[in-house]
Amino acid sequence: MDNNEPILVVKDLKQHFKISRNFTVKAVDGISFEIKPGETYGLVGESGSGKSTTGRSIIRLYKPTSGSIKFNGKEISGKLDKETLTDLRTNMQMIFQDPMACLNPRRKVLDIIAEGLDIHKSYKTIEERNEKVYQILELVGLSKEHASRYPHQFSGGQRQRIGIARALIMNPSLIIADEAISALDVSIQAQVVNLMKKIQKKTNIAYLFIAHDLSMVKYISNRIGVLHLGHLVETGTSEEIFNHPLHPYTKSLLSAIPHPNPEVEKNRVSLTYDYKESGLNYEAGIQHKVSDTHYVLATDEEFQDFLKHQNDVI
Amino acid sequence: MAERERVLKIRDLSISFKTGNGKVNAIRGVNFDLYKGETVAIVGESGSGKSVTTKAIMGILANNGTIDSGSIEYTWHDENTGEAITKDIVQLSKKEMQKEIRGRKIAMVFQDPMTSLNPTMTIGKQVMEPMMFHYGKSKQEAYQRAVELLKEVGITDAEKRMKNYPHQLSGGMRQRIVIAIALSCDPYVLICDEPTTALDVTIQAKILELIQDIQKKKDLSVIYITHDLGVVAKVADFVNVMYAGKIVETGTINEIFYDPKHPYTWGLLSSMPDLDTNDDELYTIPGTPPNLTQEIKGDAFAPRNQYALNIDLRLDPPMFDVPGSDTHKVASWLMHEKAPKVEMPESLKRRIEKMKEEGLKNG
Repeated sequence: MDNNEPILVVKDLKQHFKISRNFTVKAVDGISFEIKPGETYGLVGESGSGKSTTGRSIIRLYKPTSGSIKFNGKEISGKLDKETLTDLRTNMQMIFQDPMACLNPRRKVLDIIAEGLDIHKSYKTIEERNEKVYQILELVGLSKEHASRYPHQFSGGQRQRIGIARALIMNPSLIIADEAISALDVSIQAQVVNLMKKIQKKTNIAYLFIAHDLSMVKYISNRIGVLHLGHLVETGTSEEIFNHPLHPYTKSLLSAIPHPNPEVEKNRVSLTYDYKESGLNYEAGIQHKVSDTHYVLATDEEFQDFLKHQNDVI
Repeated sequence: MAERERVLKIRDLSISFKTGNGKVNAIRGVNFDLYKGETVAIVGESGSGKSVTTKAIMGILANNGTIDSGSIEYTWHDENTGEAITKDIVQLSKKEMQKEIRGRKIAMVFQDPMTSLNPTMTIGKQVMEPMMFHYGKSKQEAYQRAVELLKEVGITDAEKRMKNYPHQLSGGMRQRIVIAIALSCDPYVLICDEPTTALDVTIQAKILELIQDIQKKKDLSVIYITHDLGVVAKVADFVNVMYAGKIVETGTINEIFYDPKHPYTWGLLSSMPDLDTNDDELYTIPGTPPNLTQEIKGDAFAPRNQYALNIDLRLDPPMFDVPGSDTHKVASWLMHEKAPKVEMPESLKRRIEKMKEEGLKNG
């Protein structure tokens, strides 16, 4: 595959939910980004900012209101024909937040992982199917013996590995990880993140990594998008976002992360950011270019204002 | 510092649970003290016994759990006479516990605000209930106090909110209500069991600052249970690191973060990505926590410890005092005078150096 050709292009994606005749929730309101093969794109924001909705719209658990999503060059935002749907369902996979809730407690690990193979009938003999499962289990650091157990017999970290194995079995080119590590312990988070990175190196898979834990996101992502109220307020490489944030929302997010350093932490107060009081207007903003990879959502005046405050200490 | 007043004194606490797979020794001899107006954090992996310890303090252990030995001495001042009373919570009957201690003197904030609030009651009623129950306040008095409390925890339009139901509020708001309920009976000790794990970072920071504020105002003692070391750094005065039902290292916050001695603490500190981490791979502690249904011989951490000595496999290490400090104690044979000298990993050392520098810049 050509490395420069993005695997996923999202353009002006809107996802609205109609609650009643005169009330519509604009969960995602016009966001654009792209992901290249072998890259990890981190999507951060507080709850209600639309990060999960974005992930779900892309994998077509929802029907997008408008905008275009191109996956492997194919348009997948509209009505899907059978071929595109099969393509989408095999090449894009999802890892969910709570590994206990997303694994069927009545089925053995073997069957849970092989479910995708079963549905798409991508094996000739049962032996071939099981062999595939064993290989994947090994890849995620579990062993063959684990295949005949049930999900409740595993610890949280192991369960998340099963979730990853299930996503990997179809050889996808993009995995959407929706808060995949939020429910895990710190030491186990590190294991799972290491595993995801290792697999990425081996298979050149792309990740859309949705999370609210910024330190993990920084660690795993190449590029980061900051979502707020359904708008992508700032995008850039993780270095740009973390060291040169422009948007006040990004700054407040960064300031809220507790640093594991008592001397620093004792004297620090987190910044507050309130959209209503900030006087910013996301609707009117356009993406302003800061550098080749760094964009920020603002009107012209706001942009000048951001630049002025660029070097304020966080 | 003025004379520190001890509120809680836990000695040699052991708790076990009877399960289908045999007896689980969840807590194996925990000692710690809590002083007035100070904050103690308990950190550790899931299953290390952090929550069980605090549940024992509150007297809300599950039915299959028993306290095998040890004492939890709680000291308070009588409301009228002001004289100090000390009682062992372990020996109290269920009735006394409910009447005197739980809710009234020691209150708790749980992890998930949705499950700790009653969805069928208005939040006003839920805040008023403990005051009417414990202090026999009239409805009007309780109402007044509840409105004040809601304002204190930063809820706008307190009077209107009194009539709301939990589902009408956001996660951060709900956690504020839970804190208001915990504070309603003017407790001396507040136990926060992962109070912010279910919340966003931005809201987490706000809730932590709120708890700190209230603590300062009311001179509360707070016990934090968390696995997030960032949170610990923000709030705690003292840290207890727990592993497999034992406290393996205890000390002031600076001692634990800048001069950790136990290999497990090294592992915990190294496995956390800070915002400057650029290494290719995060450090992970190899292996898994031990199975507590089995008898543990020697140091529970030894199988996962690359610095383990021979003696670790045979004898459980006692608490060693770190020279030059009366607060820093470590349960590791490495601290024994005859042990070979082992330094912490190079990468962690570098990180701590960097942390100290930053601390100087900002402090």
